[in-house]
Amino acid sequence: MSILIKREKSRRSVLRGMLDGAAVTVALPLLDCFLDDHGEALADGSPIPTRFGSWYWGMGHTPGHAVKTRTDVGEIEFLEECKALIPYRQHINYFGGFNTPLDGRSNYPHESGWIGSRTGTVPSRSGEVPAPTFDLMIADAIGGGTRFRTIDATSMGNPKETYSARGTFSRADAEASPVALYARIFGPDFADPNKGEFRPDAKTMVRKSVLSSINRESDKLMKSLGQMDQHRLDEYFTSVRQLENQLTLQLTKPPPAESCRVPPAPPNNAIERAAFAVEIDTVQATHRLMTQLIVMALACNQTKVFNLVYSDNFSRVRRAGETYTHHVLTHEEQADPKLGYQPTAFWFNCRSMDACAEFIGAFANVREGAGTLLDNMLIFAGSETSFARIHSVDNIPVMTFGKAGGRIKTGLHVVGNGDPVTRVGFTAMRVMGMPIDEWGQKSLRTTKPIGEILV
Amino acid sequence: MRASLRSLLCAAIAVITLTACGQSDAPKTAGAPPDMRRLTEEQYRNTIADVFGTSIKIGGRIDSLVRTNGLLELGARSAAITPSGLEKFDQLARSIADQVVDPAHRDILIGCAPPIADAFDEYCVRQFFTRVGRMLYRRPLTKDELTARINAASLASKNLADFHQGVALSLAAMLVSPNFLFVIDTTEDDPDHAGQLRLDGYAKAARLSYFLWNSTPDDTLLTAAEKGDLATASGRKREIERMIASPRLEGGVRGFFADALALDAFETLEKDSILFPAFNLAVAQDAREQTLRTISAELIAREGDYRDLFTTRRSYMSAALARVYRVYVPKTANWVPYEFAKNDPRVGIQSQISFTALHSHPGRSSPTLRGKALRELLLCQKVPDPPGDVDFTKFNDPKSEIKTAREKLALHTSQAACAGCHKLTDPLGLGLEQFDGAGQHRTTENDVAIDVTGDLDGVKFKDPATLGAAIRANPAVPTCLVSRLYTYAVGRPAATDEQGLIAYLQKRFSDEGYKYPALLRAIASADAFYAVKPREQTPPQTAQESRP
Repeated sequence: MSILIKREKSRRSVLRGMLDGAAVTVALPLLDCFLDDHGEALADGSPIPTRFGSWYWGMGHTPGHAVKTRTDVGEIEFLEECKALIPYRQHINYFGGFNTPLDGRSNYPHESGWIGSRTGTVPSRSGEVPAPTFDLMIADAIGGGTRFRTIDATSMGNPKETYSARGTFSRADAEASPVALYARIFGPDFADPNKGEFRPDAKTMVRKSVLSSINRESDKLMKSLGQMDQHRLDEYFTSVRQLENQLTLQLTKPPPAESCRVPPAPPNNAIERAAFAVEIDTVQATHRLMTQLIVMALACNQTKVFNLVYSDNFSRVRRAGETYTHHVLTHEEQADPKLGYQPTAFWFNCRSMDACAEFIGAFANVREGAGTLLDNMLIFAGSETSFARIHSVDNIPVMTFGKAGGRIKTGLHVVGNGDPVTRVGFTAMRVMGMPIDEWGQKSLRTTKPIGEILV
Repeated sequence: MRASLRSLLCAAIAVITLTACGQSDAPKTAGAPPDMRRLTEEQYRNTIADVFGTSIKIGGRIDSLVRTNGLLELGARSAAITPSGLEKFDQLARSIADQVVDPAHRDILIGCAPPIADAFDEYCVRQFFTRVGRMLYRRPLTKDELTARINAASLASKNLADFHQGVALSLAAMLVSPNFLFVIDTTEDDPDHAGQLRLDGYAKAARLSYFLWNSTPDDTLLTAAEKGDLATASGRKREIERMIASPRLEGGVRGFFADALALDAFETLEKDSILFPAFNLAVAQDAREQTLRTISAELIAREGDYRDLFTTRRSYMSAALARVYRVYVPKTANWVPYEFAKNDPRVGIQSQISFTALHSHPGRSSPTLRGKALRELLLCQKVPDPPGDVDFTKFNDPKSEIKTAREKLALHTSQAACAGCHKLTDPLGLGLEQFDGAGQHRTTENDVAIDVTGDLDGVKFKDPATLGAAIRANPAVPTCLVSRLYTYAVGRPAATDEQGLIAYLQKRFSDEGYKYPALLRAIASADAFYAVKPREQTPPQTAQESRP
């Protein structure tokens, strides 16, 4: 890291000065004060955090045309549908042959697959999210110390399209507008960590005190409620505490962040029209904007966990002027006998993987410490089906991106041999530092992390 | 004979006496445990408008609810508030509070000011929070709650050296309080039934106001609660009659039908801009509004027969909608009453754009989605989800000469795995095929004349008008409304012990000419509407929910 070499004074002593006092001005060169001598820790001694994210795409893959099947662990060989991923192969792990056993429950089309892989339990009815998704468990474990415990965004214009939930009735809407996402992250409450001067806002200080006054309303209320409502109220007060934490952080000078560059605000006409949100060009443009904002939210230490949806589980993406959506095509389009697949549905699958490549590239292009932001991330990417035409949930496609701060190896195609897909989520939670020994219900229960990728 | 005549006479006198003093003759039920429901977005907006006036702008949105047993109102009974959900409420709260204290509003909405600018005026703050807090919490603030608001305002005013900023911050905190965001049933011992509970007056007031007005109780209703009037049938009757006669009733009617007809889907409705260039955001917003205006006018202003909603040609038209309907209205007109001609296929709310466009794909119509919506929304019949392993490609022979949706769907009904559901949905939905994916009228599809004949449960129809007549005549239509409205009112599907009550309400609805206000009155007057029983260990939620 060349930026670490030319220094004459102790970074720690400078930073200590910066962090003391409410309003200070520091005229240090920006990139010369962030890291320790090895590029593995921030100058205050704390290690570069490993962050977690999830990326979702609908309709899975075209079997036989996405990734070459393997019988044992080895290199990933991406085929036509995934050719955009080839330049990023060294950042990816591909998990083939992992299943979603239903234990006699119905396969709820486009639901059971994602719910099984993200909650460790398959639903017993349509619309049910029977357990928390594992991204939220990771957020509970690592999400403190940043303004947002998680950030959820979708490129599809519909805020209900999110695959992160604590349960059926506890599911935050995703940000569906880049303009709104920008305002939330980089709006007036954002403090640029690399600005020398910091002056805590008096109004924020007062807001925090005033907000705490509603906590006093909790005891009496709790006593008057039944068990389930008490649980809901408890969740509400957890949200209040999160808001208080957010205000506390806004009153504190943020430590500098090497890679943080406040992005330009998205144009006001950026996909505010839901009526066009699912046309492929719009979806891809929105996805690009959302990705840039999320990358900088991480680089600027605004969050440690995110979920981004490229396309939904009933992929409504379509080409302008055409009557069929991606989803409908997977069911109704005739397979071309020469190609052996449904050509237009395949085209949409290819575009999903193009977007995936752009997404990975956006993280890989941000330098952080001795490597990149992507090196300090673990991103779980999944879909709801392996073959949309018949809603298959076996051999369900899952990938991870990033090295999780050096805790995992990448570039591998791991073979599941029919093991439950929950092994991937279980491994991710362990890698992210959660002290768990098992995860999942019934046949999705697992105690086996995927050792092949662990360092 | 004489004895039975006497007993009949006695029964009649008893009914007359009961009715005269407001006592409902509806069967009594055990009720359900008290609950806690999150305000819906519309309730939130209505409440703010009723407390602070319509000039307070509410930008932004709050987290969606999960549609449960066909209603968002039921999802509100289980909804949690997540951290990002609370952030949204907080943003709204701060924006509302800032407007309340701004120079344009403060004189009216606060109604007092410190004698010395920016000094803290406890008397003024106490007056303000006593009045506003009662409306927001739907009951008077406790002494501790009022003290907390005053202290918060004092602390903020002094630290910011700004009286109005202090009031705003304290008010903003109140607007994110669980006592505001959740409507919480509060109970008291029932003096008439030892060992049993009943809703207290304020909980009854809230239940009534969100059912009839979709908003917070007004001062009169809270005063009635305070005086104990809502504990008596006659007191409740007086308030129910007043509320039904109030202009606010329209808010309640709109709230129920927007929920029951799933009109929230307009927020994310997509239409292809190349295939349907006339369909834009204004059309989508106005289509929703058109249907709600039609319903309100027919059911409240005209006090019409509910079933006539499916045969009426009367509606309202905006300039944006006129382009899609291809009719003329003056460009300057905002909304004008509009009656479709006798030979026009637009008959009933199911032929309006709000229905035909909403239950279609982005680029084409869908007889299956429309038929499913007619069954589920108007007849309360559940259409099963499609099986997970159907291979639809067998229906798409590229060499076939299929031109119309009818021909294509005939293939589905020829397959055993598909036929069960498609036979329920398609014959109905095909009756609306003369409306394309954006709800525009057409007579051909791929140059083939569209056949809109079909049958609804054995009643044949030949066009949208006779389809409307078939819906109107279907006995499931009014019974569906009764059970759905009762479900909406009490926040849960009717329990087994409430089937007698549902039958009673259905009979009254029929006897009273299918008048919607009469049905509201019957439900709001029934003891069952207020009945609560002690909580037991609640089993996990088993309701059918869907996230559209």
